[in-house]
Amino acid sequence: MDLLATAIEISFVLVMLGVAFAFARLILGPTLPDRIVALDMMTVLIVSFCGLYAILSEDTAFIDVAIVLALVGFLATVALARFVERRRVRSGRPTYGPGAISAGEDAKAEETSNG
Amino acid sequence: MIDSIILKAATRLLTALLLLFSVYMLLRGHNLPGGGFIGGLIGATGFVLYAIAVGADATRAALYFPPQNVAMVGLGTALASGVYAVFFNDAFFTGQWWFIGDRESGDYIPISSVLVFDIGVYLVVFGSILTLVLALEEEV
Repeated sequence: MDLLATAIEISFVLVMLGVAFAFARLILGPTLPDRIVALDMMTVLIVSFCGLYAILSEDTAFIDVAIVLALVGFLATVALARFVERRRVRSGRPTYGPGAISAGEDAKAEETSNG
Repeated sequence: MIDSIILKAATRLLTALLLLFSVYMLLRGHNLPGGGFIGGLIGATGFVLYAIAVGADATRAALYFPPQNVAMVGLGTALASGVYAVFFNDAFFTGQWWFIGDRESGDYIPISSVLVFDIGVYLVVFGSILTLVLALEEEV
């Protein structure tokens, strides 16, 4: 069997394993920053998936997919980080560590800050 | 707007990269994946990143033209490229081709009204996305 093809196959399995673990973290949480880091990790893994597929299929179009995804993924992470920051300012509590606001508490925090 | 020196330094590079890549995507769209829509989206993403890093006012100053005007000019350009075919007794939106250089030897550059239409789509997407995002940015 071709060495390159074997290497690509092993890489595909490892990347998908990484996506599965990141997805588990996305579901389990427990705080919002954990989920954002998991989403960012999934984006990076899918970028590598595109790169692997470009080698496998010898189609350069997938390289462009990887570039666009990497650039837009950065923007998504920045926007979500700003969302977390704003929530922290409004609620007056940290978004991670002891006493952190959980995902469902947003409405309650909003009420206390307004009234 | 986030007051972060890391984000500002990264944005300076990434906005330029995104805008360059958007033009690349626009121009190669006829033969390969790409075109006006995805090019416009990537270009708008560059300015969205800029708006997050330095604020909506600075982005409006950097754009120079109001984004809604850009979208309207794009719509006009796309329409004009369709109307252009009528002067050659073709149906509305038929692609018109002309070739710069010697066509016999194969040493020529083909240019079409399809490209003009794609540039119109690029401007519409670019302008409308930025209109939305800047309005949201100023609201919250």
